[in-house]
Amino acid sequence: MPSLTSADWSAVWLTFKLATVSTVILLLVGTPIAWWLARTRSKWKGVVGAVVALPLVLPPTVIGFYLLVAMGPEGPVGRLTTALGIGLLPFSFAGLVVGSVIYSLPFVVQPVHNAFEAIGRRPLEVAATLRAGPWDSFFTVALPLARPGFVTATILGFAHTVGEFGVVLMIGGNIPDSTRVVSVAIYDHVEALEYAEAHWLSAGMLAFSFLVLLALYGRRRQAGGGLG
Amino acid sequence: MAEVGIRARFEVVFPGFRLDVDLDLPGRGVTALFGHSGSGKTTLLRCVAGLEPAARGRLEVNGECWQDDARGVCVPTHRRALGYVFQEASLFPHLSVRRNLEFGLRRIPAAARRVSLAQATTLLGIDHLLERMPDRLSGGERQRVGMARALLTSPRILLMDEPLAALDHRRKQEILPYLERLHDELDIPVLYVSHSPDEVVRLADHVVMLGDGRVMAAGELHATMARLDLPTAFTEDAGVVIDGTVAAHDDHYHLTRLDFPGGAVWVQRQAVELGRRLRFRIHARDVSLADHQVEGSSIQNLLPATVTEVVGADSPAHVLVGLDAGGTALIARITRRAAEQLVLRPGRRMWVQIKSVALLG
Repeated sequence: MPSLTSADWSAVWLTFKLATVSTVILLLVGTPIAWWLARTRSKWKGVVGAVVALPLVLPPTVIGFYLLVAMGPEGPVGRLTTALGIGLLPFSFAGLVVGSVIYSLPFVVQPVHNAFEAIGRRPLEVAATLRAGPWDSFFTVALPLARPGFVTATILGFAHTVGEFGVVLMIGGNIPDSTRVVSVAIYDHVEALEYAEAHWLSAGMLAFSFLVLLALYGRRRQAGGGLG
Repeated sequence: MAEVGIRARFEVVFPGFRLDVDLDLPGRGVTALFGHSGSGKTTLLRCVAGLEPAARGRLEVNGECWQDDARGVCVPTHRRALGYVFQEASLFPHLSVRRNLEFGLRRIPAAARRVSLAQATTLLGIDHLLERMPDRLSGGERQRVGMARALLTSPRILLMDEPLAALDHRRKQEILPYLERLHDELDIPVLYVSHSPDEVVRLADHVVMLGDGRVMAAGELHATMARLDLPTAFTEDAGVVIDGTVAAHDDHYHLTRLDFPGGAVWVQRQAVELGRRLRFRIHARDVSLADHQVEGSSIQNLLPATVTEVVGADSPAHVLVGLDAGGTALIARITRRAAEQLVLRPGRRMWVQIKSVALLG
């Protein structure tokens, strides 16, 4: 019976690595943005919120295209990375990470933003009257209280990165061990009419996605429907 | 010891509301900030805590300057040595009672700790709750934990924002004794926000009456409550507060005599030993006047007193009569017609009949 080739396993491993690295960076980048969005009274709040949400509605090819241009040899990011000695990002793992972070940003920022907003100002005022400074109360009060939001954000950010295709194809191409992730491998198999292999990978993705969503919705029900 | 006292001068403007106060408060005892909702009392308390970023002014607490916008000084909330008890206890839901209590305690230097965990939990009767999570506590227990948590920061001032408002009558009665113990056992000045006259007269030593963001009256509790020139909103509930001494028990009639300068009243038998002080309130509407000592009346609390003042009351049908009963001020709220028929004027000797006395714990 046909099963996964070593090239397929390499694609699975690469996908896992990409999703893990991207999720860690997403949490590090998304948390301050979410905090700022939840607390600011700035007139830029709407603009920033809209920019963060753009990947929700744009075709991945549009994001991929602009990233390709920006990170290319003539683009501003490309010149910067060349000048810094990093080289060019397109068609590299690092380029994929950049693309994934931008593409999945709203899936991390929004749940965390909502969780921060749900906390309200009161617990932080209480913390201040108990001598906790702003950083102290952020780590000891805001973060723990926003935990459900972070769990949701981590699951969604990871799963969404696993499932991306368009951005990868635009800026990553199809280089084994470097940018050939599962979704691209499936596409390759189908192109080559290797439906059995395509089935194995697709069924794996289906099962993974279902389990992720089951975990997410099961948690929500347990928590009584809200952030809990 | 540095200068004792709280000097607070604040101005805050919100859409449709403006707080403008200039207060000089005692640096010890309980000062009640009293007023109807929307009078600005909670806003004033938040200004003292540094929780209203829009507030401009000057604040000095027992010699320490916390805010002076003229000099660009504004100590952030977490560097002010204050304890704050919020209206809903606002315990951290992710921490056990013990961890809630330790939250503030751990953040002050060991040398500055004047209240120990054991002291605070005993004082507020929460020793048995330490390992519980906040959602497993009753409203009253939560509020007591909130008070203990605030105390454990060894504050130089304790700010309480209607700590009883969210509780039903029974829970209030459960907490009031603890508040009185705080008052008796700790030498920390307290600013206590309330809209309930009963709480104010029971707990406070000083009172600040706020209305529309301005100070209507401020001063020592007994003297302020006996004032007749307060805004009409307060006169309907006018009445004096007296601290009496338990002087005698009458077991046959089940009565207790409370003495005070200038007189005494008999009240229902109290399970309190002789010599103890009991605070009570005599509402102006429960006081009537006669020009001679009425005999054969069911009202047996009678005192001679001198009229000091007659002023208009909240309704055109009534007047408030200020009286001096041998050093203790009393107020009577009687009809204007009765006042004219009795020819009440300052200096006239009258007999005061007290229909009922409200004991305050």
